Amino acid sequence: MTMSSSRSAELARPVAATVGRTVGTALGTALVLTAVAFAAVGTGGGDITWSETARSLGAHLGLPVAPLPSLVDSVVWELRAPRALLAAVAGAGLATCGVVLQAVTRNALAEPYLLGISSGASTGAVLVLVMGLGSGAVSLAGGALAGGLAAFGLVLLLLGRSAAGADRLVLTGVVVGQLFAALTSLVLLGWGDADAARGLTYWLTGSLAAARWPSVLLCATVVGVALLALRLIASDLDAFAFGARTAASLGVPVAAVRAVALVTTAGVTAVVVSSVGAIGFVGLIVPHAVRALVGPLHHRLLPASAVGGAVFLMLADTVARTALAPKQLPAGVVTALLGVPAFLLILHRRERR
Amino acid sequence: MSGTAVRTRGVRPVEISGQGLTVRVRGRPTPILDDVGLSAPAGRVTGLIGPNGSGKSTLLHALAGSISPQAGLVRLGDRPFGELPRRERARTVAVMEQNSDSDTDLAVADVVALGRLPHRGRMAPARPQDAAACARALDLVGMTGTEHRRWRTLSGGERQRVQAARALAQEPAVLLLDEPTNHLDVQHQHELLSLLAATGLTVVVVLHDLALAARYCDRLVVLHEGRTHAAGPTHEVLTADTLRTVFGVRADVSRHAGALRVEVLGAAAG
Repeated sequence: MTMSSSRSAELARPVAATVGRTVGTALGTALVLTAVAFAAVGTGGGDITWSETARSLGAHLGLPVAPLPSLVDSVVWELRAPRALLAAVAGAGLATCGVVLQAVTRNALAEPYLLGISSGASTGAVLVLVMGLGSGAVSLAGGALAGGLAAFGLVLLLLGRSAAGADRLVLTGVVVGQLFAALTSLVLLGWGDADAARGLTYWLTGSLAAARWPSVLLCATVVGVALLALRLIASDLDAFAFGARTAASLGVPVAAVRAVALVTTAGVTAVVVSSVGAIGFVGLIVPHAVRALVGPLHHRLLPASAVGGAVFLMLADTVARTALAPKQLPAGVVTALLGVPAFLLILHRRERR
Repeated sequence: MSGTAVRTRGVRPVEISGQGLTVRVRGRPTPILDDVGLSAPAGRVTGLIGPNGSGKSTLLHALAGSISPQAGLVRLGDRPFGELPRRERARTVAVMEQNSDSDTDLAVADVVALGRLPHRGRMAPARPQDAAACARALDLVGMTGTEHRRWRTLSGGERQRVQAARALAQEPAVLLLDEPTNHLDVQHQHELLSLLAATGLTVVVVLHDLALAARYCDRLVVLHEGRTHAAGPTHEVLTADTLRTVFGVRADVSRHAGALRVEVLGAAAG
């Protein structure tokens, strides 16, 4: 008894040190996010200097600085700032979805794009757009949610009730994704107007070119709520490491956790896709890299992946805007060029085990 | 493994029993379990034995609550197990699966700490008593010092012992184990089973190896084609006759210095 209680005292970490470290991590994270966001906003054509960027942002945030001429100011505040922030929020959302899907499917290759959820969301959004069902960002997101759930449902249906192997899960997701990509093309080219061809790239590869403040706010709200909900089930997701049965024997409410995971990933994917189209591989690259840094436990992995996703997509979009300037690439092209080698790497490592 | 002070602190063992357990699956004409009852007395090791497909794993999972039988009831003491709240169930009964494989990079310490989930608040960080329970459990299975090793780097036997530590870290009153000696070398098979017997917990263990069952189980339940063939104290159940009828082997069963010994001589003549 005495031995074990002295050992407990030894193992108890001083509370002050833990709090200090948490505050330090939060401050450091905020600093990195701000720096990357500022770099993203300040980079680009049009000869806008860094100090002009800072002045524009400062004026809108209520700082006592002289405002810019309205043309320059609107490029910074109406185009670049929402674009950088939307990239941050979408990246955070997609990376988080990857973490959650990987936990509940126990498959390191699961992510919204590879499982076909993003493609389904695209189809849903396009249907709303072309058929003119309702209007505005919310009904677009609603259509995307319906489409995303339809694709997710189809994947689960095709997998059947048997515990599917990792390879079958990804293959099924890719096939369902192809189906919905074809449906998106069909709807856009068959019933869409003259802009359809340009819209096609947007819905199939994803781009941040159309980012404006309302979609930033919508995405930020949904991703924020999802992160809070997921924080509640973080330790349950850890317990899924050895399968649903072991999780249940540890007192985890398996059905409820799966429901929360399904609803949050479908919801986040839907709102992200309806704002930026189907950007792939963020949910694959980011969690994989972040896991190497903070380990596999979800109370750290979830927030760290959200931050990593934000940084990653802001940087990817900045590269997409500037690499072939004055031509602009869709951000989805850059993420796919990085994502495919990452996919092959993860696959290779899994098979070597 | 430490030989002393194995008994888990502050936990009162409790009887776990099942009545009329019947499990059917679609596409199989006969039930996997057909009206099986058993009683595993408090603080004793009860072994479930039988040939492949006799229903022993299914029976264990019906007891654990991870399979819902079409008929029958599982009791913990005199309370129906299903009526206990989920987390209380997990604090009372720990399960060790046969194949606990994982793709994750969890460290040994993380895996064992999963056993503390039913004791902790959902958002609460690990407390000193959680760390202490994990350290004790790792010590019991002889894996102290491996806390930082990654799951993927462990051998099959080491994984099995870490899962046993995770189950012990739950500080349960009842331990349910599905062939825990798989993948273990002979020394560790005996170490794990003598450790389980020394915990003083109620243990129900599915075993393949008849010699181990004879050596470590206080009681045995012999399953044959989904039904109870025999149940009772080990020396009464494990007879040459049972071994021939159920397992199809000729065997010599003898007692040496109070311990039961089973020697399989060969397949029984058709």
